[in-house]
Amino acid sequence: MIEVRNLTKKYGDKVAVRNISFKVEKGEILGFLGPNGAGKSTTMNMLTGYISSTSGEVLIDGTDILEDPRKAKANIGYLPEIPPLYVDMTVEAYLSFIYDLKKCKLPRSAHIKDVCSLCKIEDVKHRIIKNLSKGYRQRVGLAQALINNPPVLILDEPTVGLDPNQIIEIRSLIKKLGKRHTVILSSHILPEIQAVCDRIIIINKGEVAADGTADEIANNITNEHKMTLRIEGPTHTADDKRLITDAIKGIQGVKYIRADMEREKGIYDYDVETDGQTDVRREINRVCSENGWNILMLQLSDLTLEDIFLKITMDEGIGSKNDKKKKAASPKIGLKVDDKGRLNAVKEGEEEEKEEAEPEKAAENEENNGGEE
Amino acid sequence: MLAIYRREMGSFFTSGVAYVFLAVFWLVSGIFFYNTVIAAENADTSNLFQSMFIIVLFLIPILTMKLLSEEKKNKTDQGLLTAPISLWDIVLGKYFAALTLYIIAESIIFVYAFIINYLGDVIWPSLLGNYFAMLFLGAAFIAVGLFISSLTENQMASAVVCLVVLFVIYLSENLVATFENGNFAKRLAYKAVTNMAFYSRYVEFTRGVFSLPSVLFFVSTAFVFNFLTVKGLEKRRWS
Repeated sequence: MIEVRNLTKKYGDKVAVRNISFKVEKGEILGFLGPNGAGKSTTMNMLTGYISSTSGEVLIDGTDILEDPRKAKANIGYLPEIPPLYVDMTVEAYLSFIYDLKKCKLPRSAHIKDVCSLCKIEDVKHRIIKNLSKGYRQRVGLAQALINNPPVLILDEPTVGLDPNQIIEIRSLIKKLGKRHTVILSSHILPEIQAVCDRIIIINKGEVAADGTADEIANNITNEHKMTLRIEGPTHTADDKRLITDAIKGIQGVKYIRADMEREKGIYDYDVETDGQTDVRREINRVCSENGWNILMLQLSDLTLEDIFLKITMDEGIGSKNDKKKKAASPKIGLKVDDKGRLNAVKEGEEEEKEEAEPEKAAENEENNGGEE
Repeated sequence: MLAIYRREMGSFFTSGVAYVFLAVFWLVSGIFFYNTVIAAENADTSNLFQSMFIIVLFLIPILTMKLLSEEKKNKTDQGLLTAPISLWDIVLGKYFAALTLYIIAESIIFVYAFIINYLGDVIWPSLLGNYFAMLFLGAAFIAVGLFISSLTENQMASAVVCLVVLFVIYLSENLVATFENGNFAKRLAYKAVTNMAFYSRYVEFTRGVFSLPSVLFFVSTAFVFNFLTVKGLEKRRWS
């Protein structure tokens, strides 16, 4: 439905968007995620033909937006970051104007009524847009995009400035629209993207940093699987801590364990990291019951979209802090690099790092083996 | 184009620009009419039309100032430029809306003709010739104003720059009037300015000459500036 090939936009020397390519299939809801200034809006403006691209092409339903703009634009409903509302008109007059502008052939009053009821703006239909609240304006903007039922909807931060109730409403509306339309949605609100989108593209500094479902991206970014355990030992002392740590370290598939704070008296939390291939929960349970320890809590804490986002967008900041972890994680990526995926652009350094980490991996394995004996 | 034309006409009236424009136009032209025709007991309207040039000069910037600058400021241009229409549709829609309002304003002439009819004989050929001359003059000036409006986001700047440009066009002829027999550079300037003279061409009509080349001049000026507006909008997308 939408195909973007090597899209680049330069403003003088500054590259706003660099070589972005992706495809959106019919009926898909795609989320565009990225920090402010990452190039989301620029990309959307190029998709809709508001600005031209420096190079690359955008195909809407097979039509190039720059070669046959009218045909391509007829397939798009666009809600820009600031809804393009004429504030001196009433909602109804404005929608009627958009109806004319898009040369809509559907029955006028019925279609406008449909769109209004879909966006829940029937009760403000006869009011002047100037007097509407931000939430209503946003919805009028959405209604404007829906006129003429375009197969493609491009929404730039549709929930910005809305209150929580309205956000939920708009989200469910977008989900509903996703059944009939192909939707591209941009946001920097992570739960929103996660709740609404089938697929996510993370853009950072004008480049596609990751592409896939939230789980896929999480798997590609890292194979770390973490869990938090709370185990009660018999003596309620620090000796327990050492014993438990050693025992769990010996379990096949556990990469790393660290005793955390003392949560209850003499009872500690343990952060466990596994290789992501073996499910170690049953094994831990067995070891504990053999030793007469009680598991009070077991919580899986896989990467959330937030973790992924931070990992991708804040490359330097986290780098030093997570150095050790990253090295521990690198061999795992080495095992699984065959599924390559769209991740190639994420961290070019990883390739080298992997090799650096090779000897360490061996060392670590030895260490693990040592623990087993 | 029709959608934009209709919206723009509506906006002229809801924003009050139309009322101010029409009121001022009719008031000032009424004063001129009283002075040059009724008080002077003269059925000849050529003096009236000569004075009208000034009204057109001052009022066209008000008509055109917000046409494109406001779209840019409110980001509503994003809606227009992503709609399945061409840039010509946008520019011409706005252009003809302004022109329509201008024609409504200058048609007050027929009311004056009606009054003259009671007091004496209307000289119809001269009056109609002048009416159309004024129409073409306005058509050219509106295109200039629209172009200037497309260059800025600020309505006031657009109005002031437009006024200055039109005023310079008007004054340039006086400026070079003594250059006719000067050195080469002066003669060149004289030639250039008199060939592009708006005022002399317009005044020619008030003297009863219906000059087709001048009509062509005004119409092509209108076309050139609308063309520049379209190209300007296009250029902005490519920058």
